Amino acid sequence: MAGRAAALAILTFLLVPLGAVFWRAGGGAMPDVHDWAAVRFTLWQAALSAVASTLLAVPVARAVARRRFPGRGALIALMGAPFILPVIVAVIGLIAVYGRGGLVNDLLGLACLPPPGDGRPRCLSVSIYGLHGVVLAHVFFNLPLAVRLILQGWLAIPAERFRLAAHLGAGPGDVQRLLEWPMLRATLPGVVLIVFAICLSSFAVALTLGGGPRATTVELAIYQAFTYDFDLARAAMLSLVQLLLVTGAGLLALRLGRTEGFGAGLDRRIDMLPPGGRALWLGDAAWMTVAALFLLLPLGAVAVRGLSGLAEMPPSVWGATGNSLAIALSATLLTVSVALALALARRGWVDLAGMAPLAASPLVLGTGLFLLINPVARPVDWALVVTLAVNVAMALPFVLRIVLPAAQEVERSYGRLADSLGMRGMARLRWLILPRMRRPLGFAAGLTAALSMGDLGVIALFSDPDKATLPLTVFRLMGAYRTEAAAGAALLLLVLSFGLFLIFDLGGRGAATR
Amino acid sequence: MLQLDDLRLRQGDFRLTANWTLAEGDRLALIGPSGAGKSTLLAAIAGFLRPDSGALRWNGADLTAEPPARRPVAMLFQDQNLFPHLSILRNVGLGIRPDLRLNAAQRAQALAALERVGLGGMAERLPGSLSGGQQSRAALARVLVQDRPLLLLDEPFSALGPALRAEMLDLVTALLDETGGTLIMVSHAPEDARRIGGLLSLVDEGHAAAPVPGGEAFANPSPGLRRYLG
Repeated sequence: MAGRAAALAILTFLLVPLGAVFWRAGGGAMPDVHDWAAVRFTLWQAALSAVASTLLAVPVARAVARRRFPGRGALIALMGAPFILPVIVAVIGLIAVYGRGGLVNDLLGLACLPPPGDGRPRCLSVSIYGLHGVVLAHVFFNLPLAVRLILQGWLAIPAERFRLAAHLGAGPGDVQRLLEWPMLRATLPGVVLIVFAICLSSFAVALTLGGGPRATTVELAIYQAFTYDFDLARAAMLSLVQLLLVTGAGLLALRLGRTEGFGAGLDRRIDMLPPGGRALWLGDAAWMTVAALFLLLPLGAVAVRGLSGLAEMPPSVWGATGNSLAIALSATLLTVSVALALALARRGWVDLAGMAPLAASPLVLGTGLFLLINPVARPVDWALVVTLAVNVAMALPFVLRIVLPAAQEVERSYGRLADSLGMRGMARLRWLILPRMRRPLGFAAGLTAALSMGDLGVIALFSDPDKATLPLTVFRLMGAYRTEAAAGAALLLLVLSFGLFLIFDLGGRGAATR
Repeated sequence: MLQLDDLRLRQGDFRLTANWTLAEGDRLALIGPSGAGKSTLLAAIAGFLRPDSGALRWNGADLTAEPPARRPVAMLFQDQNLFPHLSILRNVGLGIRPDLRLNAAQRAQALAALERVGLGGMAERLPGSLSGGQQSRAALARVLVQDRPLLLLDEPFSALGPALRAEMLDLVTALLDETGGTLIMVSHAPEDARRIGGLLSLVDEGHAAAPVPGGEAFANPSPGLRRYLG
């Protein structure tokens, strides 16, 4: 019942603003050559980003799953980092490492070849702008997400199975064939499509690292149509294109995302036995080191630049921080409750409704809401509420993807026992669902809180100096060339986003007992 | 009295029919080859599978549309009979109140049931820290507090060794002697059927035969039973 009501509310929230945009735009225009270029670029960069992120994630996830070492927990927490890293903060860090005058180009500059005849040294350099920059940023954001999703797949194989395999004398190759490959075959298509769908909607990365006729995504084109020309007809047409692209990917993800259970274990604490052999050990260590450096260097760059900027922050930062915290915590409670209601509804279309926001562009949604509110109230008065609602809708598909398989697994393993004992409603929630789902729920709550905290999207359309969120404040400070203050506020944003994530995720990982 | 009135079950391509009655206090072993439908029949009696046609009655009352928890049935499954995140005491307590709001008397009842099955002093332990035999005992303690007239066992002891399995069946028989309950159990092993010393029904070729006394059946096996026993 609650699940169906929530599903209807979501569909209404998504469709009514879209209708407002179409109504205001008067039907839409036809795509021109630039729009088709944007479609091609969107698909190509998303495909490259998704495949690269997923393939690189497999060896990293396997290494983390089968090795035990000090700092393993920190590495897992780090894998949650870039996905929840506010985009504006991440871009500052990536430019600091890979941009002009950044760390990588400085290193490449050391290896200049001696000057040939014309007297100019020949140096290698990389540019972070254009297709490869966009893909690099997307891999930075999504590799860790892929690692965590695949790692969950690994951890979902009950430890008893690995013990059984070890007991039967299975080598690493046998374990791969018997346990790991079936898990990967069930997990990977879903992971690729999730990353693909995320990258299809790429806006902030394309805005900062792409742009121009050769590196514009559809989402960026929508934003430009709104902010530069206020051309609603073109924006409406582009949003229809975006809707088709992302709905297609979403439906595909839903189809391929169905995974088989591995049966339940008894919650015994058995560590997965690491395979022997020095070469395998070195390989695992190398994968984890490279992944850690790839993630840590940009974060470190933000921390270093931000520390010196903390003293420069204007007082407006604190009000914005309060707004952002209030939005983030409300969004967390709402999103997790809605996702749980949808997951427990056990109906296909309800599940689909929860994935529907993947097809929505936050910018189109925000503009539609703007058009709806405008006749009856001042839209800026509703800026924070609209931001909250859009944050909930945008986080929901990811949260549902985490919560739904876990809920299905609980039902598959313990549903009959609970039914036979008459555990229904609150009793079932309290004594079966919540304790069995503590870990995925904690992870999902952490993701939502951090995503909402760092979101810079719809709030930008409702600009009002008094109603800013922290990411918008960082953006404004950058725009005003107050680089030091922007870096300081970015560091504050980074600490708050990560702090919220860690509190929820660690809370979920504590043993749920007795 | 349990009545299976021309019961027809279907699961995909699989079909099973049964048309017989079982008196209160009877102990019935369903035996037959794997995949013959023993567990399917049990699932239908427990309320997890709606029959295609026919009716299921307990002392005359039609159970066919009742949800599992409202049937006079306590059931132990092949596995996952305990919630691993809850203490043994809470697992047993769920048999008294599914929302676990136990008063002092109910708590004492759960503790007494644990005592009765030989798990005194283990109330606060988690299932994962118990041996297989102890886990079975804990599940039986819950059956005891559930206080339902009909007990269904879907091979819950199949993972235990022969001695332990015999011990569990003896415990079940002893508990039923105290409560006067009715038992239907699925088994692969003819010696289990002998152990409970009751009736026998061969489930084979889409049909669950009417129960016959086990001693007679073994002494003078039908062609189907002879084929199964080998």
